[in-house]
Amino acid sequence: MLDNIKILFHQGKQFIPDVTKAKVPGIFRGRPVISCEKVDEVKLQDLCPVAAISIDPVAIDLGKCSFCGECAKQFPDKIEFSTDYKLATNERDRLIIKEGDDSPIEVNPATVRKEIHSIFGKSLKLRQISAGGDNSCEWELNASNNVQFDMGRFGIEFVASPRHADGIVITGPITKNMAEAVQICYDAVPEPKIIVLVGTDAISGGIFENSPAIDRSFLSKYKIDLFIPGNPAHPLTIINGLLDLTRKK
Amino acid sequence: MNYITIINNQTIALSTIPEIDYDTFFELNTGFMIDHAERHCVNYFGYKTGDKIKLICCIADDDKHEIYVSSCLYDNTSVITAFTSKLLCFEKYEREIHENFGINYEGHPWLKPVRYPFNRFDQLKTIANYPFYSIESEELHEVGVGPIHAGVIEPGHFRFICNGEQILHLEIQLGYQHRGIEQLFLEKKKLLQKVSLAENIAGDTVVGHTTAFSHIWESICGFEISGDIAFARTLALELERIAIHTGDLSAVCTDVAYQLGSSVFGRLRTPVINFMQEWCGNRLSKGLIRPGSNQFPFDKALADKLKLVLDEFEPDFNEMCKQLFKLPSASSRFERTGVVSYEDVLSVNTVGMAARMSGLNRDIRTSHPYLCYPELQHQPIIKHHGDVYSRVQIRKSEVQQSIKYIRKLLENIPELNNQYNELKTPQADSFAIALVEAWRGEICHCAITGKKGELLLYKIKDPSFHNWMALALSVRNNEISDFPICNKSFNLSYCGHDL
Ligand code: SF4
Repeated sequence: MLDNIKILFHQGKQFIPDVTKAKVPGIFRGRPVISCEKVDEVKLQDLCPVAAISIDPVAIDLGKCSFCGECAKQFPDKIEFSTDYKLATNERDRLIIKEGDDSPIEVNPATVRKEIHSIFGKSLKLRQISAGGDNSCEWELNASNNVQFDMGRFGIEFVASPRHADGIVITGPITKNMAEAVQICYDAVPEPKIIVLVGTDAISGGIFENSPAIDRSFLSKYKIDLFIPGNPAHPLTIINGLLDLTRKK
Repeated sequence: MNYITIINNQTIALSTIPEIDYDTFFELNTGFMIDHAERHCVNYFGYKTGDKIKLICCIADDDKHEIYVSSCLYDNTSVITAFTSKLLCFEKYEREIHENFGINYEGHPWLKPVRYPFNRFDQLKTIANYPFYSIESEELHEVGVGPIHAGVIEPGHFRFICNGEQILHLEIQLGYQHRGIEQLFLEKKKLLQKVSLAENIAGDTVVGHTTAFSHIWESICGFEISGDIAFARTLALELERIAIHTGDLSAVCTDVAYQLGSSVFGRLRTPVINFMQEWCGNRLSKGLIRPGSNQFPFDKALADKLKLVLDEFEPDFNEMCKQLFKLPSASSRFERTGVVSYEDVLSVNTVGMAARMSGLNRDIRTSHPYLCYPELQHQPIIKHHGDVYSRVQIRKSEVQQSIKYIRKLLENIPELNNQYNELKTPQADSFAIALVEAWRGEICHCAITGKKGELLLYKIKDPSFHNWMALALSVRNNEISDFPICNKSFNLSYCGHDL
């Protein structure tokens, strides 16, 4: 018993008191800031492994970006990744960051379905489906619930059964072999329900976008309520995104 | 000579691999391994050339640090005798070859689908109609779990045949995570795209797989890595080992309802992966390893930070381990649970910690050394009981060992090399192999290039490819309620298997 108390004492305080203001340590590739500097745009566009960069004007689509950092490395005057981890939004277009734009990415309250605030504002139970995910976003979703990030304090939790859930969280590009299971799971969640996509692979297919082994038809059938970019998404990105969606400011 | 002898990370002309008839091929490769526990098959695969199929088999000799490569051109009309009829350890490879090309084997006990790849030979076989074993009996019942599991984990289907609470048999059906990675390696032409693919094979083994890819690519391009690159990769591999083992100790504690261990190990992982973020901007090390370059040079400031992280980590980790292993309620769940015997791990060809848990010494760091491992004089950690306890012990000891190695590496940080040679174009008509000991065990990548140096084949073998069978064997005659700790003590990869 005494040993246990000693261990507890040795851990000190681990939880992050305010997850909306916490700083991430060291370098972190969060929201990119693109300057209006003139560069060889064709070369810039061409180096991106996932065609996330469009030109004239230069813009990065965070739904496609794999956060490899190569563009910033080769064009440091043009592109810089800030440590701003608040990347989640409910509108796909808001993930496209244009040159000269340094405004934060936010959920647009006007387009959030009304029932989300009123019903899920204080408690949100989610069923996670990994559909071709590489286990990195799954990792970070689990980390969101550890003693440091402690998402459970906001009433947001993952549950074992879709019957107990208020929505689904999809990771991975959705493989052909998982497509049917995704549909069955979604159908089993009672109404009203939300769909959250976590990670680049889920949002756009990422590096697997054109693979013949994936089937993304499920996503075109429903409205997506939240996009949480990242490769993988950082726990702070996940938690802030879900809070932004469900809480009234 | 019926085969060619090469070493880890070597590239050879494809034409130098002797092509022999199937009967000789069969005798040669099974002959290598019968009664030789120090030899195992690191890869065996086929690929189409014209309307024929070329089979390539790579047998590693762990004592001599060599790999024996041989090949056979098969016309895909006649029935051939499966290697498996003589040695069970080939069963998974031959199932895969059968699934991809429809080769008719005789003497193979179960030519069941492996992962339902999109380009499989028989499109009528679908993941929804997998042929599970069943036993007709009044007393027995079946339990099906998955593909979606209760936790936040990857998908796979487990089918148990139980007698009351006791598991008689477990069959694991995978393939749900199949993204067509091997094919994408051929289609994506930019190097950065291929690296991205390597980073996405398995998100918990980013360093392992990306290192294997980098080694293959550098080998095909004739690029010698400098000391600073070798240093960074070795460091990253060991940090990945520490992070995942620690996280898995937390998961094992969760599954025996030991809250203190679960929380403490869980939180101990954070500073390690946060250090990775400080180093390369990503907690799972995505972006760190690149062929032919040292993307994020490791300097004195980082070294000081890492020392601090380890100084704080170590006492807390050791204290928690001590407490865990003297707790009778935990030990009673670990000991003699989920046992796999030495004979069984040998016969199903497990690698890495799933071999070392049962006394089988398989560790690429010593048997086919690379990077800084020769200087570290690595000694594999071997346990003998093959149970959950052994697996948990290996995790603990390997974390401690990795810390020791990192401290040793930090004593001597190599000078930064400011002039990296450009990567040349890949050699044409070549074959290359790279083996890396990641935290789960041996990763094997093989590549074959064509006339212009373009990739004709990219073959990936994650340690989970064989280790899943060890999990299935481990739960036999155990209570079904012990399945979760057996599973977590292995923590195998679904995406690494399904590709
Ligand atoms: S960081 Fe994103 S936008 Fe830049 S090159 Fe990488 S994937 Fe493309």
